[in-house]
Amino acid sequence: MTRYSRHIILSEIGQEGQDRLSNSKVLVVGAGGLGCPVLQYFAAAGIGTIGVIDFDTVSESNLQRQILFGASTLGINKAIAAKARLEDLNNTILINAYPEKLTHKNALAIFQDYDIIVDGTDNFSTRYLVNDTSIITNKPLVYAGIYKFEGQVSVFNYKNGPSYRCLFPKQPEKDSTPNCSEIGVLGVLPGIIGTLQANEVIKLILGIGEVLSGKVLYYNSLNHQINFIKVNRSEKEIQKVMDTKTFFETLDEVSICEMPIQVISIQDAINKKNVQWIDVRDQNINPEIKHSEVLQIPLKNLEQNLNKIDVSKEQVIFCQVGIKSKKAASILQNHQIHTSFSLKNGAFEVLEYFNNKNYDR
Amino acid sequence: MILTIKYFGLLTEITGRSEERIEFLGKNISDLKDVLFQKYEALKNKDFQIAQDNELTTNETMVTATEIALLPPFAGG
Repeated sequence: MTRYSRHIILSEIGQEGQDRLSNSKVLVVGAGGLGCPVLQYFAAAGIGTIGVIDFDTVSESNLQRQILFGASTLGINKAIAAKARLEDLNNTILINAYPEKLTHKNALAIFQDYDIIVDGTDNFSTRYLVNDTSIITNKPLVYAGIYKFEGQVSVFNYKNGPSYRCLFPKQPEKDSTPNCSEIGVLGVLPGIIGTLQANEVIKLILGIGEVLSGKVLYYNSLNHQINFIKVNRSEKEIQKVMDTKTFFETLDEVSICEMPIQVISIQDAINKKNVQWIDVRDQNINPEIKHSEVLQIPLKNLEQNLNKIDVSKEQVIFCQVGIKSKKAASILQNHQIHTSFSLKNGAFEVLEYFNNKNYDR
Repeated sequence: MILTIKYFGLLTEITGRSEERIEFLGKNISDLKDVLFQKYEALKNKDFQIAQDNELTTNETMVTATEIALLPPFAGG
């Protein structure tokens, strides 16, 4: 086939290697800065089945680095737009577009259909999800992450090698790393790093060269410094993930940025069985509610008093009118407490409830 | 001993440099963290791993080499 002649004449690839590529199935999670060059080289190389999952749509600010897209695809879902572009590049391969968000619920089934997974995501919660799903489905994961002018690349879950959690066991908290807002990135950087990912995938499939497993590569595009850091497999971290296997699909939590605060009416709050009432108003505000079931933590002190939150219960948080309580629920969410509700109206309703309750007794 | 500390990613925004040499009198990585946190308080709130001679360490790892790297995860893609 003329299309792949420059591959086939390489003794390291040949027709046999090219056939391997065409029999391979690779899933790319995220069709953004990293995903675009990865997908482009996969299609060009003739990887036979390419999956691409992305829920986002193309916006103008993407075009500086997301090279599969253009003016004609603005506003279109990235997985769909990528599929159209890649089919033009190579109409002899199969491209599966998943225009949806990767979740704990859908991840196992989607990953199952592929041989190799590529992480081209742009936030930590999805990165940990991709890693964990790769562990459970036992798929090699070609990982990369970028920051401004720097990138990191590694191959995880390869032949009993380490996983992303063996490198970074703890998922960073929201405040520690800018992951929800654009912080800027050199457009060509994901091109360089994504191309390194594509290269690792193709090497994996062909069985040539040295796989970037057991170490992570740090690259700095400003001074061309490259560092390799050794990473050892942590059985403990892997086992923790394997332990979630039976209930993995139920683990979904919307990422912090998008998690809506759950607002609850007093009636629904009363109907809950196991509730911790939290008053986040400043002290000495009327009506004062002194009751053994009501915990008082002014909003400004909430973060210092997280140990008082009873995570075995659901929290109904209230303030005077239902604004501070929303803020409080969002603070708790940021601290991975996802069982809290903000009371719709406020303290007067709570007072009435407790007054009636005492009266009933 | 004199250590060469390399900073990566967003950590360089806290330290204002990507590399520096510091005098270190402590024993293990935990001691080194104390020194760095004293110098750059904002590092405390950041997630990173520390590598010594390109190998990951824990708090208890003894500092025996002179090349140290502070490695944060990168979210972007």
